[in-house]
Amino acid sequence: MRRQLTIKKGLDLKLRGSVADPTPIKAAATPAVAIVPDDFPGFLPKPEVKAGDAVKAGTPLFRDKNDGRIKLCSPISGTVREIVRGARRHIERIVIDSDGRDEKVAHPHPTNADELRLLLMESGLWAMMRQRPFDIVPASDSHPRDIFVTLTDTAPLAVQPATVLKGRYDSMAAGVKALATLTHGKVYVAVPKGCTLDLEGAEMVEVAGPHPAGNAGVIASHIRPVNKGETIWTLDGATLACIGDLASGKPVDHSVAVAVTGPEITTPAVVTTVPGATMESLINGNLRPTSRPLRVISGNVLTGEDAGIAGYLRWPYRQVTVIADGSDVDEFLGWASPAPKMSLSRTFISWLMPRKVYSPDARINGGRRPMIMSGIYERMLPMDIMPEFLIKAMLSHNIEQMEALGVYEVAPEDFSAAEFADPSKLELQRIVRESLDYLRKEI
Amino acid sequence: MKALRNYLNRIKPHFEEGGKLQAFRSVFDGMETFLFTPSTVAAPSGAQIHDAVDSKRIMITVVAALLPCLIFGMYNTGYQNWLAAGATEFPTFELLLYGFLAVLPRIAVTYAVGLGIEFVVAQWRREEIQEGFLVTGILIPMICPVETPLWMLAVATAFAVIFAKEVFGGTGYNVFNVALVARAFLFFSYPAQMSGDRVFVASEPILGIGHSVNYADGISGATPLGQIATHTGGALRLQSVVGDDLSWWDAFVGLIPGSFGETSTLCVCIGAAILLVTGIASWRIIVSVVAGALLTGWIANTFQTSTYPASFLSPADQLLYGGLAFAAVFMATDPVTAARTNAGKWIFGFIVGAMAVVIRTYNNGYPEGAMLAVLLGNALAPLIDYCVVQTNIRRRQKRAALSLKGGDR
Repeated sequence: MRRQLTIKKGLDLKLRGSVADPTPIKAAATPAVAIVPDDFPGFLPKPEVKAGDAVKAGTPLFRDKNDGRIKLCSPISGTVREIVRGARRHIERIVIDSDGRDEKVAHPHPTNADELRLLLMESGLWAMMRQRPFDIVPASDSHPRDIFVTLTDTAPLAVQPATVLKGRYDSMAAGVKALATLTHGKVYVAVPKGCTLDLEGAEMVEVAGPHPAGNAGVIASHIRPVNKGETIWTLDGATLACIGDLASGKPVDHSVAVAVTGPEITTPAVVTTVPGATMESLINGNLRPTSRPLRVISGNVLTGEDAGIAGYLRWPYRQVTVIADGSDVDEFLGWASPAPKMSLSRTFISWLMPRKVYSPDARINGGRRPMIMSGIYERMLPMDIMPEFLIKAMLSHNIEQMEALGVYEVAPEDFSAAEFADPSKLELQRIVRESLDYLRKEI
Repeated sequence: MKALRNYLNRIKPHFEEGGKLQAFRSVFDGMETFLFTPSTVAAPSGAQIHDAVDSKRIMITVVAALLPCLIFGMYNTGYQNWLAAGATEFPTFELLLYGFLAVLPRIAVTYAVGLGIEFVVAQWRREEIQEGFLVTGILIPMICPVETPLWMLAVATAFAVIFAKEVFGGTGYNVFNVALVARAFLFFSYPAQMSGDRVFVASEPILGIGHSVNYADGISGATPLGQIATHTGGALRLQSVVGDDLSWWDAFVGLIPGSFGETSTLCVCIGAAILLVTGIASWRIIVSVVAGALLTGWIANTFQTSTYPASFLSPADQLLYGGLAFAAVFMATDPVTAARTNAGKWIFGFIVGAMAVVIRTYNNGYPEGAMLAVLLGNALAPLIDYCVVQTNIRRRQKRAALSLKGGDR
């Protein structure tokens, strides 16, 4: 039986620069990749390699100080260029120059669940999953109640992973079988409404609705929310396929399909590349000519990192969005402007133009304020959570209240739509991330 | 615009830390962000784009929604003056001009005092100026009698801004509606100047416009609710300042004595439409205030007694007279001081509406109950929200207990 899930709350932004044809094309070969340990919250990196070492796809680059069996691995074969450190020797990223050969580390064929767990940690695939509570890399002793796989993406300009991963359905089916051995509960696979994909052993969930309907946390909260003392794992379709490869003893295909989108992209398209690829190889000159400063986002416009054109594709994003930065704009009396601007509030006449398509820039369009309006976060968060009160508990570091209000059910990305809509311009996703880290340290 | 921008850029260094005008940083900052939307861009991580709406836009929309009431208040101030002076012709433009001249110094004083305090506090706290007072500053003159002395407005505004807002942490943290605290301060500190039958009608010419009202001529400037409060036996008959009967239409349009901006239910409805269409005000609160007032009004009217003359008013009359409609749309909906949960908004609004009618009906000492009802609602709002949040918390606890009992996982 397929579950149907229809979400009402959230937002549906109409942006210029959507992908017309979601068939993946091959991206320009990336000269190098970078892995940023900070993209794997909960993972404390200890380098396993040094500059000049030769690595293959699958060679461990870092091990986790919490449990050395959990690794971050190289997605390509090549040579370690450098480990970039910031203040207090904090590891910012490791850069690996590609040798273009695509040699892979061979993994043994796991025969039982314990072997599979160890192999997932060793191969770096473990670190690509997340656990709730805390939205971190699963702890090595974590046994999930259920596992949620998302093959749907509702973010602005995103393409549906269920479509671009068509060639990987067999690997995914193997992945579901493997994951089913790691939980007493179910493996839920969320697909967009109307998708007919059926993976044996998984509970298929068809999701319809505006962003953040496609987020694992939102889906989980409608199926079986995370209670205190419980753990769930969340991962995306590409990681599921990799796990399938690993479990069936095949070489792991690390390639990912990335949607290159946004108003400043000439021809938005889906390209195949590897995690950590350079933004330049992904965009490959596919930019509208402009003299204005641009913001090259790894991710979507609601959840992402300003990577810059010289930056790299960050984990876990399967999307690149290029928009104008807007730091060069001086708008006279912007608050009084009669122009139709992009807004969910009806204080601009644009609410009468539902078909209007926008090319927003990165300005926050106002100043930071305390929470004034009520009910705005709530309309953007389709979970049984009182977001305003949860955020207030987070801001006051009130652990008891955070627990009572469901902090274990949420991840920063679940607040992305609320952060966009917030007239007080609070950085909700940062607040949630910092609170989850604080909570983990205190408990 | 370019020239203005360049000029601001040129003088900006003087206002920054170490500049010779750094004591006015908050003032400069306030002016700059008022003139030019800050080109602050999103942080490197998180949401990369933001909604075009900000608190300036919200506040200015509320001010726009108040304009019909404000303009009608000008007209009515002139109209009452002309009427009380025995005029038979009512030249629209002169009435408006008279009302404009009557209210202008009041708005100027509240803004000067309130914004002055805001600027000082923002400078002291090293924060940005917040725009909450844009609305408060125009509300205060609108909810006070037109004859309130300027110095009283100044004192009340200062009291409200300092003790109802800044000591709580500024805009967004106050418990009580700032404008209503100012009015309550006036009401309790200067009862003689804030009630009775001589403060609601402007009685002197301003700059040679308008007339002198001679109260010896049997003129009574009492508001309809004031007349009800002092009613002693016999049939209740509401009168205009010159003793004519008042119709419900007069009350709906607003050609009755009352505080400056509150008399016209029609203009309040226009303001409500603006606030509801733009989504600034909570429809839940407005609907539930009206429902609470109508229901309580109906109960009072069903058990009418001459001990409490306001019980002679029909439920609809309760909304037409006094400041209840104005309070429902502009006061109870203040998002900071109202309940913030959806269920809480229903309860909050109902309490405000019901209490307003209860106070004005069963407490003859207070002709109008809307102000006290909203302040009471403000005091209860955190408690209401607490109870609503507790239901969410208990639901989560029950779910967790159930899941644990589920056993195997």
